[in-house]
Amino acid sequence: MRSLLSITELSVEEIDGLVATAKDIIAKPQKYAEICRGKKLATLFFEPSTRTRLSFEAAMYELGGNVLSVSSAASSSASKGESVADTAKVVSCYADIIAMRHPKEGAPMVAAMNASIPVINAGDGGHNHPTQTLADLLTIHLEKGRFDHLTVGFCGDLKFGRTVHSLIDALSRYEGIKIVLISPEELKLPSYVKNDVLRKKGIEFTQTTDLLAAMPELDVLYMTRVQKERFFNEEDYLRLKDSYILTPDKLKTAKPDLSILHPLPRVNEIAVAIDDDPRACYFKQVRNGKYMRMALIMKLLGLTPEI
Amino acid sequence: MNIDSIKNGIVIDHITAGRGMEIYNHLHLGDLDCAVALIKNAQSRKMGRKDIIKIDEAIDLDLNVLGYVDPGVTVDVIRDGVLVEKKSIALPAELKNILFCKNPRCITSTEQELPHIFRLTDPEKRVYRCIYCETKAD
Repeated sequence: MRSLLSITELSVEEIDGLVATAKDIIAKPQKYAEICRGKKLATLFFEPSTRTRLSFEAAMYELGGNVLSVSSAASSSASKGESVADTAKVVSCYADIIAMRHPKEGAPMVAAMNASIPVINAGDGGHNHPTQTLADLLTIHLEKGRFDHLTVGFCGDLKFGRTVHSLIDALSRYEGIKIVLISPEELKLPSYVKNDVLRKKGIEFTQTTDLLAAMPELDVLYMTRVQKERFFNEEDYLRLKDSYILTPDKLKTAKPDLSILHPLPRVNEIAVAIDDDPRACYFKQVRNGKYMRMALIMKLLGLTPEI
Repeated sequence: MNIDSIKNGIVIDHITAGRGMEIYNHLHLGDLDCAVALIKNAQSRKMGRKDIIKIDEAIDLDLNVLGYVDPGVTVDVIRDGVLVEKKSIALPAELKNILFCKNPRCITSTEQELPHIFRLTDPEKRVYRCIYCETKAD
Protein backbone atom coordinates (compact mmCIF):
# COMPACT_ATOMS: atom_id res chain seq x y z
CA MET A 1 0.00 0.00 0.00
CA ARG A 2 1.39 3.31 -1.02
CA SER A 3 0.30 6.93 -0.78
CA LEU A 4 1.28 10.10 -2.66
CA LEU A 5 2.09 13.08 -0.48
CA SER A 6 4.68 14.95 -2.53
CA ILE A 7 5.71 14.93 -6.20
CA THR A 8 9.30 14.07 -5.17
CA GLU A 9 8.11 10.64 -4.03
CA LEU A 10 7.60 9.67 -7.65
CA SER A 11 10.62 8.58 -9.66
CA VAL A 12 11.18 9.81 -13.21
CA GLU A 13 10.14 6.34 -14.42
CA GLU A 14 6.93 6.47 -12.40
CA ILE A 15 6.05 9.91 -13.78
CA ASP A 16 6.74 8.66 -17.29
CA GLY A 17 4.48 5.68 -16.54
CA LEU A 18 1.65 7.92 -15.32
CA VAL A 19 1.99 10.13 -18.40
CA ALA A 20 1.86 7.06 -20.65
CA THR A 21 -1.25 5.77 -18.85
CA ALA A 22 -2.92 9.20 -19.07
CA LYS A 23 -2.24 9.34 -22.82
CA ASP A 24 -3.73 5.85 -23.19
CA ILE A 25 -6.83 6.99 -21.26
CA ILE A 26 -7.20 9.93 -23.68
CA ALA A 27 -6.84 7.59 -26.68
CA LYS A 28 -9.03 4.74 -25.38
CA PRO A 29 -11.38 5.98 -22.63
CA GLN A 30 -13.64 2.91 -22.96
CA LYS A 31 -10.79 0.61 -21.93
CA TYR A 32 -10.75 2.33 -18.51
CA ALA A 33 -14.49 2.81 -17.97
CA GLU A 34 -14.90 -0.22 -15.66
CA ILE A 35 -11.42 -0.54 -14.11
CA CYS A 36 -12.48 0.74 -10.66
CA ARG A 37 -15.93 -0.86 -10.53
CA GLY A 38 -16.76 -1.62 -6.91
CA LYS A 39 -14.05 0.71 -5.58
CA LYS A 40 -14.74 3.83 -3.56
CA LEU A 41 -12.77 7.06 -3.40
CA ALA A 42 -13.29 9.19 -0.28
CA THR A 43 -12.68 12.86 -0.97
CA LEU A 44 -11.99 14.47 2.41
CA PHE A 45 -11.81 18.20 1.84
CA PHE A 46 -11.34 20.14 5.06
CA GLU A 47 -11.09 23.43 3.21
CA PRO A 48 -12.98 24.53 0.12
CA SER A 49 -11.56 23.64 -3.27
CA THR A 50 -14.38 22.84 -5.59
CA ARG A 51 -12.29 22.30 -8.70
CA THR A 52 -9.80 19.85 -7.24
CA ARG A 53 -12.58 17.88 -5.54
CA LEU A 54 -14.65 17.73 -8.73
CA SER A 55 -11.57 16.64 -10.67
CA PHE A 56 -10.93 13.73 -8.29
CA GLU A 57 -14.60 12.75 -8.31
CA ALA A 58 -14.86 12.96 -12.10
CA ALA A 59 -11.69 10.86 -12.35
CA MET A 60 -13.15 8.11 -10.12
CA TYR A 61 -16.51 8.12 -11.93
CA GLU A 62 -14.77 7.83 -15.32
CA LEU A 63 -12.99 4.75 -13.99
CA GLY A 64 -16.35 3.20 -13.08
CA GLY A 65 -15.85 3.70 -9.34
CA ASN A 66 -17.86 5.50 -6.68
CA VAL A 67 -17.21 8.50 -4.48
CA LEU A 68 -17.81 9.27 -0.79
CA SER A 69 -17.43 12.96 -0.15
CA VAL A 70 -16.75 15.33 2.71
CA SER A 71 -16.69 18.80 1.29
CA SER A 72 -16.00 20.95 4.34
CA ALA A 73 -14.60 20.64 7.85
CA ALA A 74 -17.89 21.98 9.22
CA SER A 75 -19.82 18.96 7.94
CA SER A 76 -17.33 16.37 9.21
CA SER A 77 -16.34 14.95 12.58
CA ALA A 78 -13.38 17.33 12.55
CA SER A 79 -15.85 19.95 13.78
CA LYS A 80 -16.42 17.71 16.82
CA GLY A 81 -12.69 17.60 17.45
CA GLU A 82 -11.83 14.28 15.79
CA SER A 83 -8.15 13.97 14.91
CA VAL A 84 -6.88 13.46 11.37
CA ALA A 85 -5.47 10.10 12.50
CA ASP A 86 -8.87 8.86 13.73
CA THR A 87 -10.64 10.20 10.64
CA ALA A 88 -8.18 8.25 8.45
CA LYS A 89 -8.74 5.05 10.43
CA VAL A 90 -12.53 5.40 10.23
CA VAL A 91 -12.62 6.24 6.52
CA SER A 92 -10.32 3.24 5.82
CA CYS A 93 -13.28 1.06 6.89
CA TYR A 94 -15.52 2.51 4.18
CA ALA A 95 -13.37 3.44 1.20
CA ASP A 96 -10.53 2.00 -0.90
CA ILE A 97 -8.55 5.22 -1.39
CA ILE A 98 -8.57 8.74 0.09
CA ALA A 99 -7.96 12.13 -1.53
CA MET A 100 -7.41 14.68 1.24
CA ARG A 101 -7.19 18.45 1.23
CA HIS A 102 -6.46 20.11 4.55
CA PRO A 103 -5.44 23.63 5.58
CA LYS A 104 -2.66 22.32 7.84
CA GLU A 105 0.68 21.28 6.35
CA GLY A 106 1.40 17.58 6.81
CA ALA A 107 -2.21 16.54 7.56
CA PRO A 108 -2.32 14.10 4.61
CA MET A 109 0.91 12.54 5.91
CA VAL A 110 -0.71 11.95 9.29
CA ALA A 111 -3.67 10.40 7.45
CA ALA A 112 -1.33 8.16 5.42
CA MET A 113 0.46 7.01 8.59
CA ASN A 114 -2.84 5.91 10.11
CA ALA A 115 -4.97 4.78 7.17
CA SER A 116 -4.94 1.21 5.91
CA ILE A 117 -5.66 2.45 2.37
CA PRO A 118 -3.68 4.77 0.04
CA VAL A 119 -3.91 8.53 0.67
CA ILE A 120 -3.46 11.17 -2.03
CA ASN A 121 -2.51 14.65 -0.91
CA ALA A 122 -4.95 16.97 -2.68
CA GLY A 123 -3.25 20.06 -1.20
CA ASP A 124 -2.06 20.71 2.36
CA GLY A 125 -2.00 24.45 3.00
CA GLY A 126 0.88 26.11 1.18
CA HIS A 127 2.96 22.93 1.31
CA ASN A 128 2.36 20.28 -1.38
CA HIS A 129 -0.15 19.68 -4.15
CA PRO A 130 1.33 16.82 -6.19
CA THR A 131 -1.65 16.16 -8.47
CA GLN A 132 -1.53 19.78 -9.71
CA THR A 133 2.09 19.14 -10.69
CA LEU A 134 1.02 15.93 -12.44
CA ALA A 135 -1.52 17.99 -14.41
CA ASP A 136 1.21 20.50 -15.31
CA LEU A 137 3.58 17.73 -16.39
CA LEU A 138 1.05 15.96 -18.61
CA THR A 139 0.17 19.29 -20.26
CA ILE A 140 3.84 19.99 -21.00
CA HIS A 141 4.32 16.48 -22.38
CA LEU A 142 1.22 16.62 -24.57
CA GLU A 143 2.20 20.03 -25.94
CA LYS A 144 5.95 19.49 -26.31
CA GLY A 145 6.30 15.72 -26.58
CA ARG A 146 9.09 15.70 -24.00
CA PHE A 147 10.27 16.96 -20.61
CA ASP A 148 13.92 17.50 -21.52
CA HIS A 149 15.64 20.37 -23.34
CA LEU A 150 12.96 22.94 -22.63
CA THR A 151 13.19 26.56 -21.51
CA VAL A 152 10.46 27.06 -18.95
CA GLY A 153 9.53 30.52 -17.65
CA PHE A 154 7.76 30.95 -14.32
CA CYS A 155 6.05 34.31 -13.93
CA GLY A 156 4.36 36.11 -11.04
CA ASP A 157 4.40 35.01 -7.41
CA LEU A 158 7.36 32.65 -7.21
CA LYS A 159 7.78 33.10 -3.48
CA PHE A 160 4.56 31.62 -2.14
CA GLY A 161 3.47 29.62 -5.19
CA ARG A 162 3.68 25.98 -4.11
CA THR A 163 2.80 24.79 -7.62
CA VAL A 164 5.86 26.64 -8.92
CA HIS A 165 8.19 25.01 -6.40
CA SER A 166 6.84 21.51 -7.10
CA LEU A 167 7.01 21.87 -10.88
CA ILE A 168 10.57 23.20 -10.70
CA ASP A 169 11.47 20.23 -8.52
CA ALA A 170 9.88 17.77 -10.94
CA LEU A 171 11.42 19.33 -14.08
CA SER A 172 14.87 19.62 -12.54
CA ARG A 173 15.26 15.85 -12.91
CA TYR A 174 15.31 16.06 -16.71
CA GLU A 175 18.25 16.91 -18.94
CA GLY A 176 18.73 20.26 -20.67
CA ILE A 177 16.07 22.10 -18.67
CA LYS A 178 16.53 25.86 -18.41
CA ILE A 179 14.44 27.82 -15.93
CA VAL A 180 13.66 31.53 -16.30
CA LEU A 181 12.31 33.10 -13.12
CA ILE A 182 10.24 36.22 -13.80
CA SER A 183 8.90 38.06 -10.76
CA PRO A 184 8.96 41.32 -8.83
CA GLU A 185 11.80 41.57 -6.29
CA GLU A 186 9.29 41.04 -3.48
CA LEU A 187 8.10 37.70 -4.84
CA LYS A 188 11.34 36.06 -6.00
CA LEU A 189 11.85 32.31 -5.74
CA PRO A 190 13.01 31.53 -2.16
CA SER A 191 16.73 30.87 -1.85
CA TYR A 192 16.17 27.38 -0.40
CA VAL A 193 14.53 26.30 -3.68
CA LYS A 194 17.38 27.85 -5.66
CA ASN A 195 20.01 26.19 -3.45
CA ASP A 196 18.39 22.84 -2.69
CA VAL A 197 16.95 22.20 -6.14
CA LEU A 198 18.39 24.34 -8.94
CA ARG A 199 22.02 24.75 -7.82
CA LYS A 200 22.23 21.27 -6.28
CA LYS A 201 21.10 19.65 -9.53
CA GLY A 202 23.13 21.98 -11.74
CA ILE A 203 20.07 23.43 -13.51
CA GLU A 204 20.71 26.53 -15.59
CA PHE A 205 18.50 29.39 -14.43
CA THR A 206 18.15 33.14 -14.77
CA GLN A 207 16.18 35.68 -12.74
CA THR A 208 14.56 38.77 -14.17
CA THR A 209 11.80 41.25 -13.41
CA ASP A 210 11.10 41.77 -17.13
CA LEU A 211 8.54 39.42 -18.69
CA LEU A 212 8.84 41.03 -22.13
CA ALA A 213 12.61 40.56 -22.29
CA ALA A 214 12.33 36.90 -21.28
CA MET A 215 9.48 36.06 -23.66
CA PRO A 216 11.32 35.20 -26.94
CA GLU A 217 13.33 32.28 -25.53
CA LEU A 218 10.49 30.49 -23.71
CA ASP A 219 9.04 27.11 -24.74
CA VAL A 220 6.66 27.07 -21.78
CA LEU A 221 5.34 30.01 -19.74
CA TYR A 222 3.86 29.13 -16.35
CA MET A 223 1.81 32.08 -15.10
CA THR A 224 0.74 32.61 -11.50
CA ARG A 225 -1.27 35.28 -9.78
CA VAL A 226 0.40 38.28 -8.13
CA GLN A 227 -1.75 38.79 -5.07
CA LYS A 228 -2.24 42.20 -3.56
CA GLU A 229 -1.98 40.86 0.00
CA ARG A 230 1.61 39.71 -0.65
CA PHE A 231 2.87 43.30 -0.89
CA PHE A 232 3.92 45.50 1.99
CA ASN A 233 2.27 48.57 0.51
CA GLU A 234 -0.35 49.28 -2.10
CA GLU A 235 1.94 51.62 -4.04
CA ASP A 236 4.32 48.75 -4.90
CA TYR A 237 1.41 46.55 -5.86
CA LEU A 238 -0.05 49.15 -8.20
CA ARG A 239 3.36 49.81 -9.72
CA LEU A 240 3.99 46.13 -10.42
CA LYS A 241 0.69 44.43 -11.02
CA ASP A 242 0.35 45.27 -14.70
CA SER A 243 3.86 44.10 -15.59
CA TYR A 244 2.80 40.55 -14.89
CA ILE A 245 -0.50 40.55 -16.70
CA LEU A 246 -0.25 38.61 -19.92
CA THR A 247 -1.87 40.42 -22.84
CA PRO A 248 -1.86 39.71 -26.61
CA ASP A 249 0.62 42.60 -26.97
CA LYS A 250 3.16 40.93 -24.72
CA LEU A 251 2.93 37.73 -26.76
CA LYS A 252 4.13 39.43 -29.98
CA THR A 253 7.71 38.32 -29.45
CA ALA A 254 6.82 34.85 -28.13
CA LYS A 255 7.56 31.63 -30.01
CA PRO A 256 4.69 30.44 -32.21
CA ASP A 257 4.64 27.15 -30.33
CA LEU A 258 4.85 28.60 -26.80
CA SER A 259 2.63 26.80 -24.26
CA ILE A 260 0.97 29.04 -21.65
CA LEU A 261 0.07 27.27 -18.42
CA HIS A 262 -1.66 28.50 -15.26
CA PRO A 263 -2.76 26.43 -12.23
CA LEU A 264 -6.00 28.48 -12.02
CA PRO A 265 -8.04 30.15 -10.72
CA ARG A 266 -6.90 33.22 -12.60
CA VAL A 267 -8.11 36.64 -11.65
CA ASN A 268 -6.72 39.07 -14.19
CA GLU A 269 -3.15 37.90 -14.81
CA ILE A 270 -4.00 36.45 -18.20
CA ALA A 271 -6.22 38.62 -20.40
CA VAL A 272 -9.37 36.83 -21.54
CA ALA A 273 -8.40 37.77 -25.11
CA ILE A 274 -5.63 35.14 -24.90
CA ASP A 275 -8.06 32.28 -24.21
CA ASP A 276 -8.63 31.78 -27.94
CA ASP A 277 -4.91 31.82 -28.76
CA PRO A 278 -3.79 28.27 -29.63
CA ARG A 279 -0.87 28.74 -27.24
CA ALA A 280 -3.23 28.99 -24.24
CA CYS A 281 -3.18 25.61 -22.48
CA TYR A 282 -4.67 26.39 -19.08
CA PHE A 283 -8.11 24.93 -19.70
CA LYS A 284 -6.56 21.85 -21.31
CA GLN A 285 -4.48 21.65 -18.13
CA VAL A 286 -7.67 21.25 -16.08
CA ARG A 287 -8.78 18.31 -18.23
CA ASN A 288 -5.28 16.83 -18.07
CA GLY A 289 -5.46 17.01 -14.28
CA LYS A 290 -8.41 14.62 -14.37
CA TYR A 291 -6.54 12.16 -16.61
CA MET A 292 -3.50 12.18 -14.34
CA ARG A 293 -5.69 11.68 -11.27
CA MET A 294 -7.27 8.68 -13.05
CA ALA A 295 -3.81 7.28 -13.78
CA LEU A 296 -2.73 7.88 -10.19
CA ILE A 297 -5.83 6.30 -8.61
CA MET A 298 -5.28 3.17 -10.72
CA LYS A 299 -1.59 3.06 -9.85
CA LEU A 300 -2.19 3.35 -6.10
CA LEU A 301 -4.95 0.73 -6.23
CA GLY A 302 -2.70 -1.56 -8.28
CA LEU A 303 -5.22 -1.65 -11.11
CA THR A 304 -3.27 -0.07 -14.00
CA PRO A 305 -3.80 -2.27 -17.09
CA GLU A 306 -1.15 -3.02 -19.69
CA ILE A 307 -0.86 -0.26 -22.25
CA MET B 1 38.75 17.36 42.41
CA ASN B 2 37.98 13.70 43.01
CA ILE B 3 34.90 11.89 41.85
CA ASP B 4 34.64 8.20 42.72
CA SER B 5 34.96 5.77 39.85
CA ILE B 6 31.77 3.87 39.17
CA LYS B 7 31.23 0.13 39.37
CA ASN B 8 28.15 -0.33 37.21
CA GLY B 9 27.03 2.55 35.11
CA ILE B 10 27.73 4.92 32.28
CA VAL B 11 30.26 7.64 31.59
CA ILE B 12 29.41 10.18 28.93
CA ASP B 13 32.79 11.54 27.94
CA HIS B 14 34.16 14.11 25.49
CA ILE B 15 31.21 16.45 25.90
CA THR B 16 32.01 19.85 24.42
CA ALA B 17 32.83 22.11 27.35
CA GLY B 18 29.70 23.96 28.44
CA ARG B 19 27.20 21.49 27.01
CA GLY B 20 27.11 19.08 29.95
CA MET B 21 24.12 20.72 31.57
CA GLU B 22 22.19 20.69 28.30
CA ILE B 23 22.77 16.93 27.98
CA TYR B 24 21.94 16.45 31.67
CA ASN B 25 18.59 18.11 31.06
CA HIS B 26 17.84 16.38 27.75
CA LEU B 27 18.42 12.97 29.36
CA HIS B 28 16.31 13.95 32.39
CA LEU B 29 19.13 12.87 34.65
CA GLY B 30 17.68 15.05 37.41
CA ASP B 31 14.89 12.48 37.74
CA LEU B 32 17.27 9.62 38.63
CA ASP B 33 17.66 8.38 42.20
CA CYS B 34 21.23 7.13 41.72
CA ALA B 35 24.41 9.18 42.02
CA VAL B 36 25.08 11.40 39.00
CA ALA B 37 28.14 13.61 38.63
CA LEU B 38 28.44 16.44 36.13
CA ILE B 39 32.00 17.59 35.75
CA LYS B 40 32.49 20.85 33.93
CA ASN B 41 35.65 22.06 32.23
CA ALA B 42 37.73 18.95 32.93
CA GLN B 43 41.22 18.90 31.43
CA SER B 44 41.42 17.05 28.12
CA ARG B 45 44.49 16.37 26.02
CA LYS B 46 42.36 16.09 22.89
CA MET B 47 39.87 18.88 23.50
CA GLY B 48 41.58 21.23 25.93
CA ARG B 49 38.50 21.29 28.11
CA LYS B 50 35.52 19.00 28.19
CA ASP B 51 32.49 18.11 30.29
CA ILE B 52 31.91 14.62 31.65
CA ILE B 53 28.79 13.00 33.11
CA LYS B 54 29.03 9.90 35.32
CA ILE B 55 25.90 7.93 36.10
CA ASP B 56 26.17 5.30 38.83
CA GLU B 57 23.57 2.97 37.36
CA ALA B 58 23.24 1.07 34.06
CA ILE B 59 20.30 2.96 32.57
CA ASP B 60 19.02 2.87 29.01
CA LEU B 61 20.19 6.04 27.29
CA ASP B 62 18.42 7.75 24.41
CA LEU B 63 21.51 7.96 22.27
CA ASN B 64 19.64 9.92 19.61
CA VAL B 65 19.56 12.88 21.95
CA LEU B 66 23.31 12.73 22.50
CA GLY B 67 24.03 12.58 18.80
CA TYR B 68 21.94 15.67 18.18
CA VAL B 69 23.07 17.79 21.11
CA ASP B 70 26.76 16.95 20.84
CA PRO B 71 27.76 14.43 18.15
CA GLY B 72 31.38 14.08 19.39
CA VAL B 73 30.52 12.46 22.71
CA THR B 74 31.48 8.92 23.65
CA VAL B 75 29.54 6.65 25.93
CA ASP B 76 31.49 4.22 28.14
CA VAL B 77 29.55 1.35 29.67
CA ILE B 78 31.08 0.12 32.92
CA ARG B 79 30.26 -3.29 34.39
CA ASP B 80 31.88 -4.57 37.60
CA GLY B 81 34.34 -1.71 37.42
CA VAL B 82 35.50 -2.71 33.94
CA LEU B 83 34.96 -0.77 30.69
CA VAL B 84 32.92 -3.24 28.62
CA GLU B 85 31.76 -1.03 25.77
CA LYS B 86 32.78 2.28 24.23
CA LYS B 87 30.17 3.79 21.92
CA SER B 88 30.71 6.63 19.49
CA ILE B 89 27.60 8.60 18.76
CA ALA B 90 26.71 9.68 15.26
CA LEU B 91 24.22 12.31 14.17
CA PRO B 92 20.81 10.61 14.50
CA ALA B 93 18.70 10.10 11.39
CA GLU B 94 15.50 10.93 13.26
CA LEU B 95 14.54 12.81 16.40
CA LYS B 96 11.24 12.16 18.16
CA ASN B 97 9.93 14.75 20.60
CA ILE B 98 13.37 16.30 21.01
CA LEU B 99 12.74 19.24 18.71
CA PHE B 100 9.33 20.86 18.40
CA CYS B 101 7.93 22.31 15.19
CA LYS B 102 7.21 26.02 15.50
CA ASN B 103 5.43 26.41 12.16
CA PRO B 104 1.90 27.61 13.02
CA ARG B 105 0.62 26.09 9.79
CA CYS B 106 1.95 22.61 10.66
CA ILE B 107 -0.55 19.90 11.62
CA THR B 108 1.35 19.47 14.92
CA SER B 109 0.16 22.95 15.93
CA THR B 110 -3.45 21.77 16.17
CA GLU B 111 -3.15 18.04 16.89
CA GLN B 112 -1.46 18.01 20.27
CA GLU B 113 -1.06 14.23 20.56
CA LEU B 114 1.09 13.93 17.42
CA PRO B 115 4.76 13.17 18.03
CA HIS B 116 7.08 15.89 16.76
CA ILE B 117 9.43 14.06 14.42
CA PHE B 118 12.40 15.65 12.65
CA ARG B 119 14.54 13.92 10.03
CA LEU B 120 18.16 14.65 9.13
CA THR B 121 18.00 15.96 5.55
CA ASP B 122 21.51 17.37 5.20
CA PRO B 123 24.13 15.66 7.40
CA GLU B 124 26.88 18.02 6.22
CA LYS B 125 25.03 21.14 7.36
CA ARG B 126 23.25 19.30 10.22
CA VAL B 127 19.84 20.25 8.85
CA TYR B 128 16.78 18.65 10.42
CA ARG B 129 13.32 19.12 8.96
CA CYS B 130 9.86 18.42 10.39
CA ILE B 131 8.50 15.30 8.64
CA TYR B 132 5.04 16.83 8.34
CA CYS B 133 5.64 20.35 7.00
CA GLU B 134 9.40 20.19 6.15
CA THR B 135 10.14 23.29 8.21
CA LYS B 136 13.82 23.51 9.10
CA ALA B 137 14.69 23.16 12.78
CA ASP B 138 16.29 26.25 14.34
